[in-house]
Amino acid sequence: MKFDVARLREEFPILKEMVYGKPLTYLDSAATSQKPQQVIDAISRFFLKENANVHRGVHYLSERATEGYENARLEVQKFLNATHASEIIFVRGTTEAINLVAATYGKKHVGSGDEVLITEMEHHSNIVPWQMLCEEKGARLCVAPISDSGELELDAFEKLVSVKTKIVAVTHVSNVLGTINPIKRIVEIAHAYGAKVVVDGAQAVPHLPVDVQALDCDFYALSGHKVYGPTGIGVVYGKSELLEDMPPYQGGGDMILSVTFEKTIYNKPPNKFEAGTPNMAGAIGLAAAIVFLATLPQDERAEEEKSLLEYGTQALSAIPGLRLIGTAREKVSVLSFVLEGIHPHDIGTILDREGVAIRTGHHCAQPLMKRLKLPATARASLACYNTRADIDQLVAGLHKVQEIFK
Amino acid sequence: MTTSDSELKDLYQEVIIEHSKHPRNFRTIENATHSAEGFNPLCGDQLTLTIRLSNNVIEDIGFVGEGCAISKASASLMTSALKGKKPEDAMILFTAVRTLLTCGPESKVTSAEVGKLAVLSGVWEFPMRVKCATLAWHTMKNALEAKGDPASTEADS
Repeated sequence: MKFDVARLREEFPILKEMVYGKPLTYLDSAATSQKPQQVIDAISRFFLKENANVHRGVHYLSERATEGYENARLEVQKFLNATHASEIIFVRGTTEAINLVAATYGKKHVGSGDEVLITEMEHHSNIVPWQMLCEEKGARLCVAPISDSGELELDAFEKLVSVKTKIVAVTHVSNVLGTINPIKRIVEIAHAYGAKVVVDGAQAVPHLPVDVQALDCDFYALSGHKVYGPTGIGVVYGKSELLEDMPPYQGGGDMILSVTFEKTIYNKPPNKFEAGTPNMAGAIGLAAAIVFLATLPQDERAEEEKSLLEYGTQALSAIPGLRLIGTAREKVSVLSFVLEGIHPHDIGTILDREGVAIRTGHHCAQPLMKRLKLPATARASLACYNTRADIDQLVAGLHKVQEIFK
Repeated sequence: MTTSDSELKDLYQEVIIEHSKHPRNFRTIENATHSAEGFNPLCGDQLTLTIRLSNNVIEDIGFVGEGCAISKASASLMTSALKGKKPEDAMILFTAVRTLLTCGPESKVTSAEVGKLAVLSGVWEFPMRVKCATLAWHTMKNALEAKGDPASTEADS
């Protein structure tokens, strides 16, 4: 099956929008992806025809809602190739997913003198929760270095792992550099010392097939909105035996088996970690996004992404004064760059008026910016609906930027 | 020329580009009596402002830091405008500039009030960029009021 981008774009209604009288060129999918019609329809159908609270009522609509919500869990299980559906916990997004692991597994297993190991390329959401945990427990936060091209220094990483390391928290794909980290190898190293591995998968799932059993990671976090689903829904996968042993995250309804004023007996995973009425429409929307992704021809899509990344890399490299940030051998279609003498913020404003949406700034990765000795970068991030014409628009816009600042 | 193009021209006037490339008073003042740091958390812009006040007059003022063209030009224009002024007049100017930045032509701020700073008037068409232009001013206010906290532009929109 050929990968027909023109037809695929038809499924994303927002791509027909005009901004400032110009056709939208959306190159900010690493911030959030656009949504296909079938995701929008699934959410709207839920509120039009199926809305009721889950896991509670005996009435028809409550059963329908429960079925929709639990089917979504099954879709995510298949998507990540988890062993059990009960290993899939719905949360608000990757940030909450990582906070959940830090607040439950982390609080139970990280103590004074222990270490949590992260990398220089982490997003704030995979730094701050660990920093907070370490501060509370008197543990140490260790940081594995990266190379100038934006690759993890695996030898240095390995040297930092020891029996003191309780948790290794690492991103699968860097949101700034596009680098794909060798998760399988990282997990092998960490497990050799008994450390558990938490993977921030927010930027990986839109680009790569993920198999948590093959990776053998202990936790895997993702956000629905980065993978063509709605905002406010995310997932943390955890291995069964770890989830069983973990204390609850929040207390409330749905996470209990019985409550008396003297004692509460907690529910089993995943419910133990899902207190309160969940984001039902969000989960159903995420499931629709996963079904949408499954309809795309995987090999052709990967081929298309690779060729678009090459095209974009060459087109941007040809611009005088432009420097690409993040040139790892293994990377997804994220193009971070700086232009000599022009601040990324100004690039963003001028491109915006050309209808080209990119992200500028520190990308919630200030320590990485410091490592790169840059205050900010401009970032064009691609998704399945982007084309060479989008790259051409970006390049034309950048020429305009240089014209204004000449 | 499209509206978009003319708005861009209003924002990136030649004076702005020139000041951003060759900022005036881009240095740390010796024997400063007042100083403050300013951050714009949205884009990571950061500047440090130093002021030497003598007999209730701003004798010298300088800034260093990282920022976009708008924030650099604004700081450059501000430091040029404030030299020789009394702190209370600096505050009056800040109020006028802030009104100009947030309300545009509606603000009825005259060039007699703001002088050269009128080149910042194009910013109002770009609400996301108002904070870039006000960063130096908030920092100046904090420095003169001797507040230890770093200035932030979060109250502007």
